[in-house]
Amino acid sequence: MPIREDVLVVGGGIAGTTAALAAAETGAEVRLLSHKKSTLRQASGLIDVLGAVGGDGPIADPFEAIERLPDDHPYRVVGAESIHDGLRFFDDVAGDVYAGGHTDRNALVLTHGGTIKPTARYPESVAPGLASAAADTLLVGFAGLTDFDAPVAADHLAATGVPFEIDGVTVRFPIEFRDDARTTRLAKALDADEDRVRKRLTDAIDAAETDLDYDRVGFPAMLGDDHAAAVRDELADRLGAAVFEIPTGPPSLLGLQLEELLFDALDDAGVRISAGNPAVGYEAADGRLESVTVDRRGQAVPYHAAEVVLATGGLVGKGIDSDRESVTEPIFDCHVPHPSDRYAWSEDDAFGDHAFARFGVVPDDDLRPTDDAAEPHFENLRAAGGVLGGADVAREKSAAGVSLATGAYAGRRAGEEAT
Amino acid sequence: MSDAESPATTEPTDPTREHETDFDPVSVFDGDETMDLRPGADNCYKCSVCDTACPVAEVDDDFPGPKFQGPEQWRLKRKDGGEIDDSIMSCSNCMRCDDACPSGVPLSQMHNTARGEYVDEQMDKLSREYVRNRILANYGTLARLGSKVPRLTNLVMGNSLVQKINEKVLGIPSERDFPAFASQTFREWWHERGGANVENEDKRIAYFHGCYSNYNTPEVAKALVRVFESFGYEVVVPRQRCSGTPMFANGMLDDAERAAGVNVGEFSDLLEAGYDVVASCTSCSMSLRQEYPELFELSGIEEVAANTYEALEYLRIHEDVRGALDDASVDDQALAYHAPCHARNQGLDRQAVELFRDLDGVLIEDVGDSCSGISGTYGWKEEKYETSMKIGEEMFEHMRDATGEVGMTECPTCSMQMEHGTGYDIKHPLQLLEEALC
Ligand SMILES: Cc1cc2nc3c(=O)[nH]c(=O)nc-3n(C[C@H](O)[C@H](O)[C@H](O)COP(=O)(O)OP(=O)(O)OC[C@H]3O[C@@H](n4cnc5c(N)ncnc54)[C@H](O)[C@@H]3O)c2cc1C
Ligand code: SF4
Ligand code: SF4
Repeated sequence: MPIREDVLVVGGGIAGTTAALAAAETGAEVRLLSHKKSTLRQASGLIDVLGAVGGDGPIADPFEAIERLPDDHPYRVVGAESIHDGLRFFDDVAGDVYAGGHTDRNALVLTHGGTIKPTARYPESVAPGLASAAADTLLVGFAGLTDFDAPVAADHLAATGVPFEIDGVTVRFPIEFRDDARTTRLAKALDADEDRVRKRLTDAIDAAETDLDYDRVGFPAMLGDDHAAAVRDELADRLGAAVFEIPTGPPSLLGLQLEELLFDALDDAGVRISAGNPAVGYEAADGRLESVTVDRRGQAVPYHAAEVVLATGGLVGKGIDSDRESVTEPIFDCHVPHPSDRYAWSEDDAFGDHAFARFGVVPDDDLRPTDDAAEPHFENLRAAGGVLGGADVAREKSAAGVSLATGAYAGRRAGEEAT
Repeated sequence: MSDAESPATTEPTDPTREHETDFDPVSVFDGDETMDLRPGADNCYKCSVCDTACPVAEVDDDFPGPKFQGPEQWRLKRKDGGEIDDSIMSCSNCMRCDDACPSGVPLSQMHNTARGEYVDEQMDKLSREYVRNRILANYGTLARLGSKVPRLTNLVMGNSLVQKINEKVLGIPSERDFPAFASQTFREWWHERGGANVENEDKRIAYFHGCYSNYNTPEVAKALVRVFESFGYEVVVPRQRCSGTPMFANGMLDDAERAAGVNVGEFSDLLEAGYDVVASCTSCSMSLRQEYPELFELSGIEEVAANTYEALEYLRIHEDVRGALDDASVDDQALAYHAPCHARNQGLDRQAVELFRDLDGVLIEDVGDSCSGISGTYGWKEEKYETSMKIGEEMFEHMRDATGEVGMTECPTCSMQMEHGTGYDIKHPLQLLEEALC
């Protein structure tokens, strides 16, 4: 049959790309299928491994905290070794672009909304801004870019008791763009130093009102694109202070950068990629998947493979579907346990312990999704990332880490079985 | 709202809070009874990811971008009535925004509909812009006339005085060379050949060649015929009109619907006789499979859409092309491949490189995921020429950096732009397949 590989990975997020790299490392022929570009363009670009357990955080050492997680948590299924494995893939892919690999412990990163977040890997441009460094900090926001309010973020951070002085100012971006100018456009202007925008920006900051004698200055993450390091260096030079970036909401340049890193790595590893169309079904015989069916604008095209990894994400990535009555996994119709009473799905408290946040497929000890009798659905189907149940990644701050660890495990096992 | 930040960020949408509102369907744009894009617009959560994917917005600061053109314009319009913003004419219809939206907002459908209304109701039908756009949109008609006397037309169109007049009178940039007409069209060749060489009841395709490979690059169309016949397919070449791509892009929806009527009529008859529809141009296949059913209601349109394929895509589904190429080889050549936006939209952007990178004799490099900037007729407009070349610059640069000095792409207008920006000859993947297999 025509389109055929050893391993087919469905999903192009962190879990899918990691699984594809891990499978390729075993020598298997691998194809990655992804519907939409990827959710990474919305993600912050931070790699969280574990920041809190049962609502208690921040956690300093994620590896030490793993045993406090419930038994059915994906980390407990694949073990600390797989987390290290996943991070190894990540560190290879990210190279110098990311920091944090020197330690198992969490770093504390300043966020956009003025909170502090424990994370395992962070872009190198974010590194000078860690909350653990006692350096007086000025946050700079741009008028019109409403989603980062520097003075408010600074107030919040001051209130959390950070070990340094902090202030925030809002300046006008030196070049007039339309009100809804895209962050990519501002980044491009800084990249090319259009109309000496770098100098004019630092002039505006010098003129802004603050009593703080700052050691470092934080900007929303849009300081350049191809020449980002040069932009930061020049700004730092002119301001006489270190310069760092604060991860932003969508569209996120740091998320975009991460997506590029991952897809370049797939290319280098010889992984074939089919993007743009969704997987919608499968063909199986004797308890094994034979092919995954892709809907190409109306046509059903079979993609054959010996082993399949399901990495379609959770409710956000559309790997798990829900309506008023039930919660399902739409491609293979894997079993997704959930209370039949839908009022038990969530708590009144928005930040509480919601059942729905842990909805997902239930893996056996080899990450194969199981049916309601705890038997694998298919011998050759494994699952990774957000589609797995048992983790509340938002509350635990473990999203990317779960995807890396389970992606590395599922991909390696699929590759081993197929070759 | 930051996503970097704790709870609200990675938190999945609460499924119990979804689908709370039931809305009555309303028409999106006035005077349009068939289309309800409203649920689509309501899906937009303003993440602006579409804006970061738009090649026009990237180089043109005055272009408000897809989020505005689509969901926001629609909301405004519903609130205050009012007119379509004229910036809709700056959208090149590359459809990249469609692909980027994580929330399934039917952006290009909104743009096409808005553009249709703008042209119908707000554009002066005697204006130079309208006349020029109408001519460009109906390239097929122009080509039919021109190719009757190809040498004369080529001579006249290549004349610099005529080019100046084109620019002054019609607004067609004099920098552009009109594509040369072939001395024999594909259809003339097909008839002279006596039609198909292979008969096969089990494997048969109806070829949608479109305008360009008929009038300008019949070698691509001939390659398709020879390659499919080498795999044992019976090929028919039914009567056909332009796929409509340039008409959508110019808001000439009536012209497009007339052409679609002919095409759907001809091809749906053949579907019943067991033929699948195969196109060699990725914009043609895009148009038949996506834009037709999105924009028109014609009998048989869904079936045609569901059975249309791009040529290489079709072969890869039904034949062991990789196996066939394993034993083949071609003369040594290095190629700089560009994936057309419309190929990207159909998920076909990687197939050429994937297939040819193991072919003996071939070095093929992908020149990256930037847009060529021509987007069909877009780059043919004086006022868009500069934007078009600015968008293309990244691709030109990557082509110059690539080892090969021959370009490769599936799209005829991308190939014009590639040639215009680099001076390279451009090949279609089917031509390389022909070299390898026939
Ligand atoms: C707004 C936002 C902010 C985030 N911030 C952080 C953060 O600060 N720190 C952190 O660690 N993590 C963060 N994440 C989470 C992280 O980016 C990943 O979403 C998470 O790790 C889950 O990854 P995944 O690969 O399992 O799924 P996803 O990233 O959701 O990817 C799923 C993939 O599967 C594809 N897919 C889905 N259905 C189909 C189908 N039927 N056929 C083919 N393909 C399909 C999708 O197109 C997508 O490419 C954030 C996510 C979001 C959305
Ligand atoms: S179709 Fe292309 S040019 Fe038009 S808005 Fe979308 S991305 Fe921009
Ligand atoms: S990508 Fe989709 S959801 Fe996001 S702003 Fe554009 S249309 Fe809206």
